[in-house]
Amino acid sequence: MESELLQPITEDGQTKFEAKGAWTAENACELDNLVQRFIGTRSLEIDATGIKALDTFGARTIDRLVRRSATAPREVYQLRLPQRYVDLFNRVSQAADKPHQPAESSWPISSGISILKQNIVRAGVGFFDFLAMLGEIGNAAFRVSLNPRSFRFTSAVNQLDRVGWQAVPIILLITFLIGCIIAQQGFFHFRKFGADEYVVDMVGILILREIGVLIVAIMVAGRSGSAYTAELGSMKMREEIDALRTMGLDPVEILVLPRIVALIIALPMLDFLGSMAALYGSGVTAWLYGHMSPEIFVARLKDAISITHFKVGIIKAPFMALAIGAVACAEGFAVRGSAESLGRQTTSSVVKSIFLVIVLDGLFAIFFASIGM
Amino acid sequence: MAMAKPGDPVIRVRDLDVGFGDVLVLDHLSLDLLRGEILGLVGGSGSGKSVLLRTIIGLLQKKAGSIEILGKDIDCMSYEERRGLERRCGVLFQHGALFSSLTVLENVQFPMREYLSISQSFMDDVALAKLDMVGLNARDAEKYPSELSGGMTKRAALARALALDPEIVFLDEPTSGLDPISASDLDALIRTLQQTLGLTVFMVTHDLASLANVCDRIAALANGRVVASGTLEAMKASADPWVRTYFSERKGRPVPSRGASQRE
Repeated sequence: MESELLQPITEDGQTKFEAKGAWTAENACELDNLVQRFIGTRSLEIDATGIKALDTFGARTIDRLVRRSATAPREVYQLRLPQRYVDLFNRVSQAADKPHQPAESSWPISSGISILKQNIVRAGVGFFDFLAMLGEIGNAAFRVSLNPRSFRFTSAVNQLDRVGWQAVPIILLITFLIGCIIAQQGFFHFRKFGADEYVVDMVGILILREIGVLIVAIMVAGRSGSAYTAELGSMKMREEIDALRTMGLDPVEILVLPRIVALIIALPMLDFLGSMAALYGSGVTAWLYGHMSPEIFVARLKDAISITHFKVGIIKAPFMALAIGAVACAEGFAVRGSAESLGRQTTSSVVKSIFLVIVLDGLFAIFFASIGM
Repeated sequence: MAMAKPGDPVIRVRDLDVGFGDVLVLDHLSLDLLRGEILGLVGGSGSGKSVLLRTIIGLLQKKAGSIEILGKDIDCMSYEERRGLERRCGVLFQHGALFSSLTVLENVQFPMREYLSISQSFMDDVALAKLDMVGLNARDAEKYPSELSGGMTKRAALARALALDPEIVFLDEPTSGLDPISASDLDALIRTLQQTLGLTVFMVTHDLASLANVCDRIAALANGRVVASGTLEAMKASADPWVRTYFSERKGRPVPSRGASQRE
């Protein structure tokens, strides 16, 4: 049991320990080991005269040593602590008198069940938050429509610039590439059956009805939905939203409505641009890879698609925009005080809105099939 | 930890220039922080109190001058020396700056976990002792920073600043945003801790009650320099008009007993 800090001395057949050196945070590791070594010692006499420096770590160590080994009242132990450290030791010792029960770790299965329960509850709460947000948006939209001058026009235009105009380059690029890839795959596989011509039909229908709007909606959910959640979330954290409420202003009307309106206007436009870029990309691929001249591509495209296909795609866009905006804003308002919660809600905003976009797309597919569009 | 005599400077700032762009916030500032004292730094809003504090703890770059902490110039330090020094300084930020994803107890243990390899139980013991010293109980220890009141946040942040038993503690407006009772409680706490743990405290404050009750010495900052320093009485008798106004009349009245203490 030799240590620089606590050295045994045998005196009159009794062993006592002399504390020496710096009992401070610097030597915390050694102090900790000391305590581990003395666990269960029946009696222990410490002479603390030689302590050169003492801080909370050292004081707590002495206290632990005394407590762990005590079988008799601890006044018996001769500490002989230098006078200048007595206050500190007493204070630390007094703190240690108060028992602390760490949160008991429960049975793993029951804690697993409780986590599952929490998640289900959280998912349910999230869904109700979403519905409540839709309701509040409807409410605010109704109020604003009665008094159109109260609509935050400047804010909506600013948002439109951010989610619409600034998104154009990346949307064009990605949809162009997707168009190229679909056309290339089409030519590669259809050529085996000599069905090159039908690639244009597939590309036209696929892009206008489904792919265009889906890709654009997913991009917007990732790009603008996450930004909405993070903005509103940090405003919530800094009590800006509460400040709005106390001024008698409705945060939904001021913050959420312009954002949603901007999304609803921007998404169909982006969808149109994206679809055109994708068709252009597939035309270029058809020309370079499929050896189909642009004139033939355009002529085939005219035959293959009608305005109906375009309508089916573009009708979906505003609904997806509403879903993305409502989820993003509901998640933003659900942010609590911590930075972690901001991250969690932003993630969940993107995941939920992409999921909803795909579910909506499926519902629309069933709907359009049943009305024969 | 070498025993040093009280009274010798632990921080020595000489001819310090700090600025942003063309604006010089601190202009040839010199200041000493003596071992074992509580120094209160006062100054008008925007006079560079926080800039000085942040420069000393290394968060801001200086343009010229020298800063010596515990006898070493901070420019001539290796990475290890710098880390070792940071261990010996604790900082209480104005808004607490507690890590929001950790509980109060974990916040206090965070520096210990980073710097010391000790068992969880020892860490729990020491952290709880610190929390008890700053007046938080074991139930508060399990809370997250977002669940704390303003005063509790300051206390928890103070406990974290003290986690490694630093020699020097920097407090940036410890009593701002607190009611007078909590503020004077916190002042008393700072005084008690300073005596118990033998701290040297560098405190930026606006709070005249704090200055009167806690600080051994006051330094007033104006126009980028220390225009006056000394005890409260010395400040009242200062030749500088700004300093006299700051400590005079309404504000300079002897601070009444706690509870009714007057705050700026």
